[in-house]
Amino acid sequence: MFRADRNEKFLAALRLAGRAQQDAGGPDAFFAVAKREASQLYRRLKSRTSTAVLVNFANPLCRRPIRAGSSWVDRLFLHADNLTVERGTRTVISALSFTAKAGEALLLVGPNGAGKTTLIRTLAGFITPAAGTISLNAEFTDQDVAEACHYVGHLTGIKANLTAEQNLVFWAEYLGARESTPIEDRVHDALSHFGLSQLADYPAGLLSAGQKRRLGLARLSVAHRPIWLLDEPTVSLDAASTDLLAKLIRKHLANNGLVIAATHLPLGLEDPTYLRLGPAPSTGAAPGDTLSGGGAP
Amino acid sequence: MTGFWALLKRDLTLAVREGSALGTALGFYLVVVAMLPLGLGPDLKLLSRIAPGVLWIALLLAALLSLPRMFEADHEDGSLEVMATAPLPLELAVAAKALAHWISTGIPLALMAPVLGLMLNLDITLTPALVGTMLAGTPAISFLGSVGAALTLKARRGGLLLALLVLPLYIPTLIFGISAIGFASLGQDGLSASLLILLAISVASVAAAPLASAAALRLQMS
Repeated sequence: MFRADRNEKFLAALRLAGRAQQDAGGPDAFFAVAKREASQLYRRLKSRTSTAVLVNFANPLCRRPIRAGSSWVDRLFLHADNLTVERGTRTVISALSFTAKAGEALLLVGPNGAGKTTLIRTLAGFITPAAGTISLNAEFTDQDVAEACHYVGHLTGIKANLTAEQNLVFWAEYLGARESTPIEDRVHDALSHFGLSQLADYPAGLLSAGQKRRLGLARLSVAHRPIWLLDEPTVSLDAASTDLLAKLIRKHLANNGLVIAATHLPLGLEDPTYLRLGPAPSTGAAPGDTLSGGGAP
Repeated sequence: MTGFWALLKRDLTLAVREGSALGTALGFYLVVVAMLPLGLGPDLKLLSRIAPGVLWIALLLAALLSLPRMFEADHEDGSLEVMATAPLPLELAVAAKALAHWISTGIPLALMAPVLGLMLNLDITLTPALVGTMLAGTPAISFLGSVGAALTLKARRGGLLLALLVLPLYIPTLIFGISAIGFASLGQDGLSASLLILLAISVASVAAAPLASAAALRLQMS
């Protein structure tokens, strides 16, 4: 929200005021704080009014259940049309169109601040786009992407005071109420896939960052979702764990799943599609029409 | 509904394991009520007259203490975002969390009230009326409070703002809670009417507050 140069000015003013404070009472610090607070408030109010804040009340109580059959998955695709997303007063993504198909991995690449996280959060339904539409194909037209997706963000969603197993059992119950496989089997498989079986009864708060991350990712396999939205899933994972994740993603793709991931690593996938975001490099396409198949990140 | 019960179970388990929220609320309740006679002097008649009001107001403040944590922990570790993408509507998830708050905070506070009433020379025959009205009224405190907790989720040090937002909403509960005990102490039969109104307030907030809280949470996550 607050521009870096203004912050610097503010800090400089504070430093000055700190020196002034040693001599006199230091009203400069007070004015600097007041000025910053007022301008921040003004900006916040301005961005609130200029961005239409829409709350999705679209009948949440009677959404159609996700069918876990196989008749629809081979036709599943996600289509974003002319998507424009604003954060505050800044347009992060402008007029972006792309289609992701079942069995295909779409990797979002781009420099920091290019809008990878924003795009994933928009697809997951947290951010309302300023313009454009996100749609699933006919089978899903009245269904949110949010309902059909696993969202893995920067945070792991792990409770420190529960054991690793209790954490996963909760997510299996919460996310996978319609699964036919017993919960114990799903949790056991997920733990053993990520090599966490030994730590199942260990409080999750005592796990290392990488182990917590793996536990968070294990959520992907305790409930079925056709679409996986992964935001930097490899953060704090070692090479072996990254391979385990890649294996899980390949299995999901083989089952006609759809994966959209923001990543700096190629994830060991055979033929991912790259979607380049942000300012275009010399070889890339112009922003707004940035789907370049098979190119290197 | 599996998800609803799973979330309720998890929140109650966490409330037991972490324990600090309930301990703080009960401790605060005890301290406030224990300090009052020290401030007012040992006038038993006066204490017994003001006891119901003091017990109710201190209960509201004690419940308010634990409200900010209702969504904060889940927001900090990312659970809230995963919940928002689950098949269970966010409204029901909020309802499960508010219900867990009521069970883990509202009920213990209501059950502690008669014990503290002894310190204020509360007429012992009023105990059933006191506990009854508190059990009937506290769901409204948890559910209305969830709206404030959701609105102040990202506000740093939002506890005070939360109090300003939520305390006015507790006024009807307070009025009818006190009036029910008043009727009971006078031996009149207005008790059931006040109790029914209290229940109506609770039912209305159980029905409406999750919608508002979920809308506020969606706004906070965008």
